[in-house]
Amino acid sequence: MDIFAVHALNALLYASDLFLIAGGLSLIYGVMRIVNLAHGNLYAVGAYVTAWAVGTALAGAPAALLFVLLPVGAVAAAALGAIIEPTLLRPFYRRAEEYQLLVTFGLLLVLDDAMRFVWGPNPLSASVVWEATGSISILGSTYPTYNLIVIVVGLLAAVFLWAFVYRTKFGVVLRATSQNMRMASALGVNVNRVYVQAFVLGCLMAGLGGAIKAPREGAVLGMGVDALILAFVVVVIGGLGSLEGALVGALLVGVVREAGIALFPEIELAVLYLMAVAVLLVRPAGLLSRA
Amino acid sequence: MSLGLRRFLGGGAAVGAVLALAPLVLPPYQTILLGYGLVMAIAALGFNLLLGYTGLLSFGHCAYFGGGAYAVALLVKYGRTTSMELFLVAAVAASVLIAVLFGFACVRYTRIFFSILTMALSQVLWSLVFKFFWVTGGSDGLRVPTPSLLGIAVDPRADKTTFLAHRYYYYVLVLFLAAAAAMWLIVNSPFGKALQAIRDNETRAEFVGVEVRRYRWLAFVVSGVFTGLAGALWAPLNGLTTPDILYWQFSGEIVFFTVLGGFRTFTGPIVGAIVFNYLKTYAIGFTTYWQLLLGAVLIVLVLVLPTGIVGTLARVRGRAAVVPTA
Repeated sequence: MDIFAVHALNALLYASDLFLIAGGLSLIYGVMRIVNLAHGNLYAVGAYVTAWAVGTALAGAPAALLFVLLPVGAVAAAALGAIIEPTLLRPFYRRAEEYQLLVTFGLLLVLDDAMRFVWGPNPLSASVVWEATGSISILGSTYPTYNLIVIVVGLLAAVFLWAFVYRTKFGVVLRATSQNMRMASALGVNVNRVYVQAFVLGCLMAGLGGAIKAPREGAVLGMGVDALILAFVVVVIGGLGSLEGALVGALLVGVVREAGIALFPEIELAVLYLMAVAVLLVRPAGLLSRA
Repeated sequence: MSLGLRRFLGGGAAVGAVLALAPLVLPPYQTILLGYGLVMAIAALGFNLLLGYTGLLSFGHCAYFGGGAYAVALLVKYGRTTSMELFLVAAVAASVLIAVLFGFACVRYTRIFFSILTMALSQVLWSLVFKFFWVTGGSDGLRVPTPSLLGIAVDPRADKTTFLAHRYYYYVLVLFLAAAAAMWLIVNSPFGKALQAIRDNETRAEFVGVEVRRYRWLAFVVSGVFTGLAGALWAPLNGLTTPDILYWQFSGEIVFFTVLGGFRTFTGPIVGAIVFNYLKTYAIGFTTYWQLLLGAVLIVLVLVLPTGIVGTLARVRGRAAVVPTA
């Protein structure tokens, strides 16, 4: 039974990672109808900035201080998002989707190399935080405390996001813009501002996902591109543009991946992609779509 | 139409003649580079049947290119043959199989869902090749030896560079010209016109009796076969197949060079593939940050020159022609 508990926690841990990345991707698509291929890179920026701050710039500082500094990566990703949206994405809203995909693909290539330029080809580590939190005993097996914190952060992010979108005035404006941009604009909503805010929020989530990943696995080149593909699987399963869908998708993918690693490691990735394909064939708008 | 055919044949013959001179005047390295460009051009021709003529943006064309290349590599490994003609047959068979299967699922959708579905399916193939390393060599890939062309075996002591820059280059050139001619016939056939009707207005096409889904499926398969053929030609040129060519970023490159040349014209993808091949090769030689350079080029391209090289040239020429009469 204890093995089962560890597997369940690992599935939740993975789901929590995925929700932060995929939730941001889905939020951006839901509001702006744009699929950002560079979204994974913003997640990587979050990981790199945190790993750099915690592992290099402030190496040797007390662990408690470093712990508080973890979200710095999320802030950096959000700031980058605030630059990208008005300069690169805004000219493309009125043009065909092909061009949006292409410009974000170009951005992916640029950011990939820019990160290599800034932080070099070697992985950065922030494991000092991971080690400082130690481990606890659950049903007889030891489990890293940090992983539990990640699960809690993922849950809190989901709750906050839900409250933000469904219980605040900004959320109302966001949903109105998402449903009918022209009507919202006619009613006095500053659509450009809403787009920037939504994009920054999405990037903040991706950056947070990267930031809390850094102490566990460090920051490595290519992590963004790999994460993007899995985030696609999640949003396709849950429904592109739906936050609840991203949550359900992340949980499903987390469970299947954890089971896959234990039971069918060779085809674990293939099964995940095939899940996305199966959902697209049966319910093209995703499991939780209202359409 | 006959005027168009005459112009195409004339242009094709002229281009073919110039390209045939390449091994005589260019150093071997440059000829091989041009060979790579021609191979990519075949892939781009296939890809553009979907993007330019049917209006579907595939982000999973690495599946057919990689499928063709891996069909060759596996034939070498298990079939113990080095006949180039058998390679081509295997690649066509593999790409037909993959495209029929993937296409069946993908053509139910258009726009962004089509793109994501093609991407997800190509990733299935990549993950299988990556994980079943005892069959595919995993990330090390599989070696592809120098093939025999038209049953004539190559002397194992002969210089491989000379082979690739002469005999193999002409082999690629002939296939490239044949592929371009075949694609020209396809896009100008009633089938090609129906695809363009689907691209411009799906509902109207359906109304005049075009079976939209079946035509898209057929276009998907034809497109996959051209790209698979390119993969087969690429394998001996590169000497090694690795999972990189099955990863979705390679699909992005195919999209990139088609848009670079201009996907609204027939010749655009060809020009784009050859130019991109030079651009990438020299960018890699020039800086370790070549991705940054190419990414910036892509962003500027879609911002400033969305019609690509050929489209822009045509516009400039059109304007120049208008000026004297004005």
